[in-house]
Amino acid sequence: MRRFVSLFLVGLVVWGWVALAQQEVPPGRIAIEFWHAFRGALGDLTQQLIDKFNQSQDKYWVVGVYKGSYTETMDAAIAAFRAGKPPHIVQIFEVGTATMMMSGAIYPVYQLFADTGVPFNPDDFIPGVKGYYSFPDGRMAAMPWNSSTAVLWYNKDAFRKAGLDPNNPPRTWAEVREAAAKIKAAGAAEIPLSCAWFTWTQFEQFGAIHNIPFATRANGFDGLDAVLTLDHPVYVRHLANLIEMSKEGLFVYGGRDSAPDALFPSGQAAMLIASSALLARVKREAQFEWGITYLPYYDDVVEKPYNSIIGGAALWVLKRPGATLEEYKGVAEFFRFISSPEMAGWWHMQSGYVPVTFGGYEYAKSQGYYEANPGADIAILQLSREPTTENTRGLRLGYLPAIRVVIYEEVEKAFQGQQSAEQALKNVVARGNALLREFEALYK
Amino acid sequence: MRLQPVFRNRFLPYLLVLPQLALTGIFFFWPAGVALYQSLLRTDPFGLRSRFVGVANFVRLFSDHYYLHSVKLSFWFSFLVTFLAMGLALLLAVMANKRIRGARIYRTLLVWPYAVAPATAAVLWSFIFQPQIGIIGRALKTVGITWNYYLNAPQALALVILVSVWKQISYNFIFFLAGLQSIPQALIEAAAVDGASSRRIFWRIVFPLLSPTTFFLTIMNLNYAFFETFGVIDALTKGGPGKATETLSYKVYVDGMVNLNIGSSAAQSVVLLVVVILLTAFQFKFVERKVHYA
Repeated sequence: MRRFVSLFLVGLVVWGWVALAQQEVPPGRIAIEFWHAFRGALGDLTQQLIDKFNQSQDKYWVVGVYKGSYTETMDAAIAAFRAGKPPHIVQIFEVGTATMMMSGAIYPVYQLFADTGVPFNPDDFIPGVKGYYSFPDGRMAAMPWNSSTAVLWYNKDAFRKAGLDPNNPPRTWAEVREAAAKIKAAGAAEIPLSCAWFTWTQFEQFGAIHNIPFATRANGFDGLDAVLTLDHPVYVRHLANLIEMSKEGLFVYGGRDSAPDALFPSGQAAMLIASSALLARVKREAQFEWGITYLPYYDDVVEKPYNSIIGGAALWVLKRPGATLEEYKGVAEFFRFISSPEMAGWWHMQSGYVPVTFGGYEYAKSQGYYEANPGADIAILQLSREPTTENTRGLRLGYLPAIRVVIYEEVEKAFQGQQSAEQALKNVVARGNALLREFEALYK
Repeated sequence: MRLQPVFRNRFLPYLLVLPQLALTGIFFFWPAGVALYQSLLRTDPFGLRSRFVGVANFVRLFSDHYYLHSVKLSFWFSFLVTFLAMGLALLLAVMANKRIRGARIYRTLLVWPYAVAPATAAVLWSFIFQPQIGIIGRALKTVGITWNYYLNAPQALALVILVSVWKQISYNFIFFLAGLQSIPQALIEAAAVDGASSRRIFWRIVFPLLSPTTFFLTIMNLNYAFFETFGVIDALTKGGPGKATETLSYKVYVDGMVNLNIGSSAAQSVVLLVVVILLTAFQFKFVERKVHYA
């Protein structure tokens, strides 16, 4: 028995060693470290993408390392930077954009391509994606990679049960409410409507499609002295509307961040406002017929909704002490590879994120992807609505993760009936502005 | 007469305690010193710009009524977790100490939860209590209780306390059981012969003799409730709804690691450090006097 155990342990050690060796850089290749936040299906896809790059040439070798959640990955990169050993490339979620841009720790992407002489066409990127990760003068700071946007997911079986047309989903909030009431009356689903990433979908995205500001100074793009404008009457009205729906059992607040995601594929929520990147999970888990449609809007606020904004993450290049130009050239080549039409299209079709380049979109079209997957192009169509305004470019606010937490806290109190929608958003503005001033003070 | 060990070499004793001193220095004093230093600075996340701001971080902290709320919450939370975890563990230990069939099995089973990491425990419990898919979550709904800890502050707090207590019972159980087994059987038998009821024996003989264990566990449990319940809170409620479950140590994490406000987070760590020093000092000064070391 003891011999068996020790044999087993030796086997384990050897296996671990072999697994490590696979990560080892072959001789003659220049190593490039890439930290990311993907595991499971997306982690496998990321590794496939890296393998494809490593096999496509014989000069560079990208080593992908999973570093935990988005927050953990960012913390790890910051700690490594402080210790003088950052990775070349790190994946940072969209709310970290302002912090990264202001940090002085990054090697902006436009400069990377200029210094290394690797060809690069910024105009190939979808404007909504490019704008989010560009400096105010339009030069790109980070490499867009996995971008998504918010959409409305709906259960076609539940719609049929409630006597609704499954191929004519609600477009406006009035229609959503009506549909929710019918679903509830018919008992077609436990929860008529819920929503994931509440702050992102009901404030950030909501503001963009209604062309109302989230903050002054063009949502922070024009300066650090921006103040929140979330007490705008349209936000107040919307929150009050959701609270009312919640009291009537038409809307259920399902928790923070991605917690409510599970409600849709399980069939409990007939409608869910969530990320378009939920696609892979819905495909895998949903035991019913489902559909995707555009985010609902108030047709008395805007006649036609504006473009939505992105979520997800981008790849940032860090200033790494002792890194050679040749290493950065490898980074630039890697970026060129992943944004090529075939790879951008492949990533989009496999992961469910939107294609970040026009080339990738065209490639997916040429593969017949959108005919085979109805609704898969809703996200990209919604993102590329014209014209864009300064309210629809995205957000560039410091301490945005903290502001999101403030919104959650105040909104949760409002849903519990401890304060009105108006009071909640007044508090959000006061507390959020204090955070913005703290961030501003860092860079004075 | 006390035994006084004597070292021939003057330096040997220092050499022998050196490893422990080095560990304490590197893992306790150094980080604490850095936290103290950071709490006086305003620093950007990447550490490229730092400015000395004196006690501004502390002033801002104590003028924030949300922070004061968090202080109050943490004390209530820690008190309840400590009291419940110790009370239930003592009850279980007394029962498992009886001569019953399969006592060893019960003892082993009761120790198991300690091997589960706090975050894992929280995820397991969240499956059970999840409002829409959890077994108990659904059961509560069918009996007419609106169960949704995502939105109901008292329910969220109760759930976080429940899981934290469950997690700590095993630890307390081991110590109480060991304590019970070291009580001389003769004392108990003598009392029984004198006609004392089992309740009386417990409160007059067993409980006082357990006091070193109880004292030790009180300190360990308070520290647990203050610092190690992070995983439970993070996996279950993330401090919400509102700020209903945001304890001091969870807030340190949120402000430091999520919000990247290093200065404020460091100031909060310093406050926590002071709280723990005071708590422990208080216990040693006033509570330990009543402890009876057999």
